[in-house]
Amino acid sequence: MSYATALRCRECGREYPIAPKHVCEYCFGPLEVTYDYEAIQKAISRESISKGPESVWRYRDLLPCDGEPVDLQAGFTPLIRAQNLGEALGLKRLYIKNDCANPTWSFKDRVVTVAATKAREFGFKTLACASTGNLANAVSAHAARAGLEAYVFVPSDLEAAKLLGSNIYGANLVAVDGSYDDVNRLCAELGDKYKWAFVNINVRPYYSEGSKTLAYEVAEQLGWRAPDHCIVPLASGSLYGKIWKGLNELAKLWLIDSVHTKMSGCQAQGCSPIITAYEAGTFNVKPVRPNTIAKSLAIGNPADGYYTLKIMAESGGSGAAVSDPEVVEGIRLLAESEGIFAETAGGVTIAGLKRLIAAGKVDKDELVVAFITGAGLKTQEAVADALPEPLHIQPNIAAFEEALSRRQAVAATSGAVS
Amino acid sequence: MAKQRVKFTFPETLVTEPLIYELSKQFQLVTNIRRADVTADRGWVILELEGDMPEIERGLTWIADKGVRVDPVEGDIVEG
Repeated sequence: MSYATALRCRECGREYPIAPKHVCEYCFGPLEVTYDYEAIQKAISRESISKGPESVWRYRDLLPCDGEPVDLQAGFTPLIRAQNLGEALGLKRLYIKNDCANPTWSFKDRVVTVAATKAREFGFKTLACASTGNLANAVSAHAARAGLEAYVFVPSDLEAAKLLGSNIYGANLVAVDGSYDDVNRLCAELGDKYKWAFVNINVRPYYSEGSKTLAYEVAEQLGWRAPDHCIVPLASGSLYGKIWKGLNELAKLWLIDSVHTKMSGCQAQGCSPIITAYEAGTFNVKPVRPNTIAKSLAIGNPADGYYTLKIMAESGGSGAAVSDPEVVEGIRLLAESEGIFAETAGGVTIAGLKRLIAAGKVDKDELVVAFITGAGLKTQEAVADALPEPLHIQPNIAAFEEALSRRQAVAATSGAVS
Repeated sequence: MAKQRVKFTFPETLVTEPLIYELSKQFQLVTNIRRADVTADRGWVILELEGDMPEIERGLTWIADKGVRVDPVEGDIVEG
């Protein structure tokens, strides 16, 4: 049995029984899962966790599921000491949490494994979502694994390559004509009408709990301690809030000593409603129409924007918004220094970290963890034009050496110019 | 009768206009405000609209044409 006790409204505090429900009937505020922490404390220890599976399910006592997991072994991804990138940025202790190493190559597998498990437990036969990429892939794969039907709604102008990552798993793909706002409204209405488990609508309180596992893993991989500073990409703000919640739960359960972590968030300038509010010194997030290459972060009306800003203030963290060229530069910097090819959200994180360091918001002695949430093969078009052409040669040594010296001469010239 | 939960976001130019009143006068809709935050330069209101679905849609189109942003209360549903 799970230790989840109820759903509680984040606005008015009203409680509801565990059910597929996401909005408070009274004030329409978002619902969140609450737990019996006293009972959890008696049940788990660092040792018991370390004996668990190498996936998010090693923390199952801190997740709201009773049933057999719908499990593709999401989570327990590498936490890498980024010596080279740290030196390039002037940080002594920089770590990368590499969530590219998930079953469908993004952190969405963490949330969807929990959502799919809970959906099956509630008796749903269909798993659904509206997405521009990563979420659709994770839902399609987990539905296949669970034997559930999948409906995945995408904007009709989405690139063909992005559809393939869902289509391969046999999901029902639905391309929706209309503006981004139209698609959002339609999907909210669909969520009301159909008796499906829409992962980020009616099972959202459970779905979002999966993100807490990022915090648990980082703390465990650091030898059961919280980082000094987390650098997190912001879309809806849910991931950011759940990392904070996860760290605080570990402290509440005496699995780590304390949480002194500064929580900083990064967005692309083409969709930065949370950072704009942060810079204006307000908790009121003004919705925007997204226009950025960082499409996995393109949430113009972030559900958790207000809560993100509260945590930023409470934890002493900061925010940074970066331009699209900086995103590309960030992706290249991470790839060239650490051998990790991240999608555009990763570029936002690295470029944002660079900005925060330049602004004096990150101390060089802090233990910093940057969260890389998805793999670069999904967004190749973002960086393709920025990379050098390969050397084209005839199959002989002279041709190779001639091409090589031409390349080196060009590099020397451009180096001299810059 | 159908019900729909929505969030209206008002820009500075419309923050003093009685648009929710006009919405219920011009359309056969019951408006039921649950949460709101309105200041001199902007505001948002979370409310429920009750009426026939085509009337709800006409009302939402009307208020959006006035310059009010209309969103689901859940925020953006389409995720990356």
